[in-house]
Amino acid sequence: MNPSRRLAAIARRAMGGDASTQPTPSTQPTPSMDEPPSTDRQASTEPTPSARRHDAAQIAAAGFSPVEVASRGGEAPWLGPDGISSKSDLSDAATTEPEVPLSVVEDALARLVAFEDVVLSWIAEDGYPMNVAIPIEINPHDGLVRFDTPTGFQLAGGAEVALTGSHIRPLSGGGFDERSHITIWGTLVARPRGRFVLHPGRAWIWDESETPPPAAYERSLPKARRYFEELSREKGFRVRPRLDLRLLLFRATRAPFLSATLVPVLLGLTVAGQMGFFDPLTAAITIAAACLVHLGLNVANDVFDTLAGADDANASPTKFSGGSRVIQNALVSVGQMSVLAAACYVASGILGLVLLELRGSVALVGIVAVGLVISLGYTMPPLKFVYRGLGEIATAIGFGPVMLLGAFAVQSRGSLSLAATVVSIPVGLLVAMILYVNEIPDREGDTKADKRTLPVRWSKARVILGFDVAVAATFAVIVAGAAVGLLPLTVLLALLAIPLARETHRGLVRFYDSPYALMPTMALNIRLHLTVGVLLVFGYAAAIADQRLLGLRPFLW
Amino acid sequence: MPALPYPVARLVDTALVGELTVVGVDGRPITYPMTPLLWGERIFMTSSALDSAKVTHIKANPRVSFSVTNPEATGTMAGRVTIQCDARVSEDDLHEGWERLIQGWSKKDPSVRALIASRLAFPLLLERILIELTPRKAWYWPDGDTEKAPQITVAAEVAR
Repeated sequence: MNPSRRLAAIARRAMGGDASTQPTPSTQPTPSMDEPPSTDRQASTEPTPSARRHDAAQIAAAGFSPVEVASRGGEAPWLGPDGISSKSDLSDAATTEPEVPLSVVEDALARLVAFEDVVLSWIAEDGYPMNVAIPIEINPHDGLVRFDTPTGFQLAGGAEVALTGSHIRPLSGGGFDERSHITIWGTLVARPRGRFVLHPGRAWIWDESETPPPAAYERSLPKARRYFEELSREKGFRVRPRLDLRLLLFRATRAPFLSATLVPVLLGLTVAGQMGFFDPLTAAITIAAACLVHLGLNVANDVFDTLAGADDANASPTKFSGGSRVIQNALVSVGQMSVLAAACYVASGILGLVLLELRGSVALVGIVAVGLVISLGYTMPPLKFVYRGLGEIATAIGFGPVMLLGAFAVQSRGSLSLAATVVSIPVGLLVAMILYVNEIPDREGDTKADKRTLPVRWSKARVILGFDVAVAATFAVIVAGAAVGLLPLTVLLALLAIPLARETHRGLVRFYDSPYALMPTMALNIRLHLTVGVLLVFGYAAAIADQRLLGLRPFLW
Repeated sequence: MPALPYPVARLVDTALVGELTVVGVDGRPITYPMTPLLWGERIFMTSSALDSAKVTHIKANPRVSFSVTNPEATGTMAGRVTIQCDARVSEDDLHEGWERLIQGWSKKDPSVRALIASRLAFPLLLERILIELTPRKAWYWPDGDTEKAPQITVAAEVAR
């Protein structure tokens, strides 16, 4: 479409809307977030009603209370204009003089039409910038802006000026939302009788409703890191953002994911207990060692993903995917994370040696060796299982049979059991599904880093089919194990989790391509693993109680 | 002027948001929406480390202007003001240096306290640079009509 006609069409649409809700995505063309950074889109003020609800859902999904969505910083902001913008940072743009797509200027003009007054900014003769609210006229046909000299001030033709429209919606309980901020720049052309004409050549649009806050945050991280680097140079010592050490360790190690370890280990201990093997001391050491291996794996994974560029390339990480982001947030260095990973591995190694000393067996040595290869080879060269599409299988083996049989073997002093092996399969499959589903929103970043996970390799339909098959196999193994008498009947309690599997499937179908909308599904999938694991443990505990206390052994197994 | 004339100070103290204009590295004016916090004779605002471009500009050229123009931001208070200021940034303690403003800030935006609670998830939002504006000259439109001539107040030291 001819640019003028297109602008006219946009402006007509804009003028047809309510000014108070003007810069909302519903009434305005939404610029693509993939536009080149030269477009100077930046944002400011506050979200719109719909935007606020939108953000609340996203933040809630991210694990924060909806009220946090309303948060914004001292600049009007949760994330202000320079940050977020999807597009570029003015400081960068100003030095590179990028080509600005005409569509962005048109879009900015169309949005400015909605403002009764805009702020005219210019550099006064004394070198100070000035800004004054003025009414303007935008001609949608020629794309020109006309206005009068503000009363009491002097402007000269040839001056570079900016026109800015900022929008907020005050809230009855205090605060505000619906932030948007539009600026156009151009050179003034003087007309008779104090009139001026501006032909905008650059524009900057920021509307927080158009970028999910977590995504906006992530996009701003590289700039923040540069800021800290520059500040460190200025001050002559390293300046870093800070986080309470406990919170930092919690985040860096991704401790909440320990459920993936606790389930198989506790189940292994319970299966052993059901067979008459249980030693509290070695059970406690086993749990600690397994947790440390898992934490070490998480931290090492962040190190290698950062070195490979996968975490930096991930533009839409969530609390379930994309790593801990502590390196990306400049909270710690790669070196510090490497030390932390090594410390976890060393500590778990010491505990492992204690276990070998107390309960050593050939089987345990073999299991530990396999576990070590999987843990270290998961992201570490040259194996890099996760980069070769083997991460899911490695995870299934590591967090299924290895963890469960390892815990079992410690208690049984090396003897293995078919029942323990069978019951480790559903646990392994479901923990692999945690990784598998969490890899879905990471596809783009993983592809850039040549991390060929299954969701990177497969189509949406195939990925969802893969999930369905794995989950079906999970429950089939449980039923078959109980049917042939290998597992106690009480493990059938795990079938109570089937509705969670169905919900997860539905979520995958619906939100596959929306990283933040997929977060509740990822949470549900983790709950599926945890629920099945806990029900299996409970099933075994019931069998033990039945065996030891009630004497109904023939009935239940 | 003592700091700011009373009606101007009241307007700034009420405003949820105003416009801070800085001089960009290429000499072009750049305007940012900011929440002003009046503290004594100065206007304070903060910028997260994520949004530090404005700070870079101020450090290169501390001459700025700050205006309150949006009637939505001042509720029932009429009036508009533009204040020419000298800006200073404080980067000594990004983690806690700005926290003395929390009380005043949370009066304007109660959700700030929830923001603070989100430090684990969004730590860099709470690493904030303090921006301090010392007013030099103010243009005030009591009824908000900028087509009329403004009332101009000049700081005593500037007038000298």
